[in-house]
Amino acid sequence: MRDVAVIGVGMSRWGELWSQSLRDLSCEAALKALAQTKDGGVDAIHVGCMSGGLCAGQEHLASVVADYLGFSGVPASRSESACASGGAAFKAAYAEVAAGLCDVALVVGVEKMTDVGGDEATYTLGTAADQEYECYNGATFPGLYAMMAVRHMHEFGTTRRQLSLVAVKNHANGLKNPEAQYHAKITAEEVEGSAAVADPLRLLDCSPITDGAAALVLCPLELAKKFGKNSPVKVLGVGHATDTIALHSRKDVCRLSAVEKAAQRAYKTAGLKPGDIDLAEVHDCFTIAEIMVTEALGFAKRGEGGKLVESGATGLGGKIPVNTSGGLKSKGHPVGATGVAQLVELVVQLRQEAGDRQVGKPKIGLAQNMGGTGGSSIVSILGV
Amino acid sequence: MQPQRYWREIPQRYRLEAGLCRKCGKVFMPPRGVCDSCRSTDFEMVRLSDKGRIHTFTVIRIPPSGFGEQVPYVLAVVELDDGVRPLPMVSGGGTPAPETPGAVRLTMQVADCEPEDVRIGDPVRLEFRKINEVGKSGVICYGYKAVPA
Repeated sequence: MRDVAVIGVGMSRWGELWSQSLRDLSCEAALKALAQTKDGGVDAIHVGCMSGGLCAGQEHLASVVADYLGFSGVPASRSESACASGGAAFKAAYAEVAAGLCDVALVVGVEKMTDVGGDEATYTLGTAADQEYECYNGATFPGLYAMMAVRHMHEFGTTRRQLSLVAVKNHANGLKNPEAQYHAKITAEEVEGSAAVADPLRLLDCSPITDGAAALVLCPLELAKKFGKNSPVKVLGVGHATDTIALHSRKDVCRLSAVEKAAQRAYKTAGLKPGDIDLAEVHDCFTIAEIMVTEALGFAKRGEGGKLVESGATGLGGKIPVNTSGGLKSKGHPVGATGVAQLVELVVQLRQEAGDRQVGKPKIGLAQNMGGTGGSSIVSILGV
Repeated sequence: MQPQRYWREIPQRYRLEAGLCRKCGKVFMPPRGVCDSCRSTDFEMVRLSDKGRIHTFTVIRIPPSGFGEQVPYVLAVVELDDGVRPLPMVSGGGTPAPETPGAVRLTMQVADCEPEDVRIGDPVRLEFRKINEVGKSGVICYGYKAVPA
């Protein structure tokens, strides 16, 4: 296995972008990332996208992206793991470079979600849950996370206000990220007064529907100076795990065991522990998710994720800043792009290029990407 | 919802037919080909208990497509009581159902109640109910819903 480095990062604009297609977004992000390499060439392409078919009527995205980047002929494939598709594509590219099958790999995460109406986008997201035994009976994604929240509140005393504080924090961070979909300071009272979606979750507990793409260029660490223009960011560890597709099949409905297992694998490979992490980008698709994920990653004891956000430890100036980019909540959540964009934020922070939201001089960052209600998760650790 | 996709799941949705691992006794709903506890592929079909308790729940205020007329409705994970029964067609075969290790839980609506009255731990009974219908000429979908016991 070769050590692997990230030598280029790029993001398209994120938001409701009627003028840009799935291929436009992919190319915008990829070309920005490739501009940070010396010759702009690639040996392999990995695309992360949950559902080009249902959202934009286009499958076979690996060839679409290769074609429109002018790389016809280059091997390309797509990874799908619902909302963790971006993380899965990164892992596939990482493995290919580490194994010596290629030298320069491009990762593109993308989702074009506003080419369909709200009902169809909601249906598409629902396909990441158990269609026959959850959605059939009227479950929605917010509904499934709401049931985790209700049980978490019941078992650990997590409060409605603690959920709100996740949204308040992430929107405050997003205000400092020019690339975020939403630039709006919000208060806990506004979260709690927003439209009810699935009790206790309200509109401002939920991540939005977003069009967007993000890209990374990877190469062997020993060749980073040859291919990259910037000082490289090293991939220290990647962990990947799955859990049952239906929430109800789990022994514990408010425990994210796929995240725990993925984190343990990433920490082990990197030779690190939770206390060594300087900042983290985590999958806050709903406010309760960030609370449960911080527990699964070992930043808080089990059941104490709510207290962690309340303490301010996950804020920009806190002990372990979480979602400095604004997270899915404020930056947006084009599902296949999210896992890649989390890594883009880590690279920007580790290069100390994050402007107003820069958190000191971090050495180690962790990204956690999650599919469905936690049916899959990829945890990646980067360092300088 | 295509008829064939609907029809395949009828034994589970209408009659709560589940798979019992003959080796370790774990029950799977729906049935599956391999046991995740002991890796056995030896199963028999059993019927789940139609009684249980609310394990967690929510009130759906913004519905998915096809459920618009029902909001607000309670959606819950129901933990079914331990114990399974042999299917009528194989009863008398003399295979006593072993104790169920780990309760079976399922996601379903809770009907015949006011959303604000539902609590974790509430006892419920499963009934055969209409779930929704697919357009004016499509499949009418039926299945289980919980009602207060």
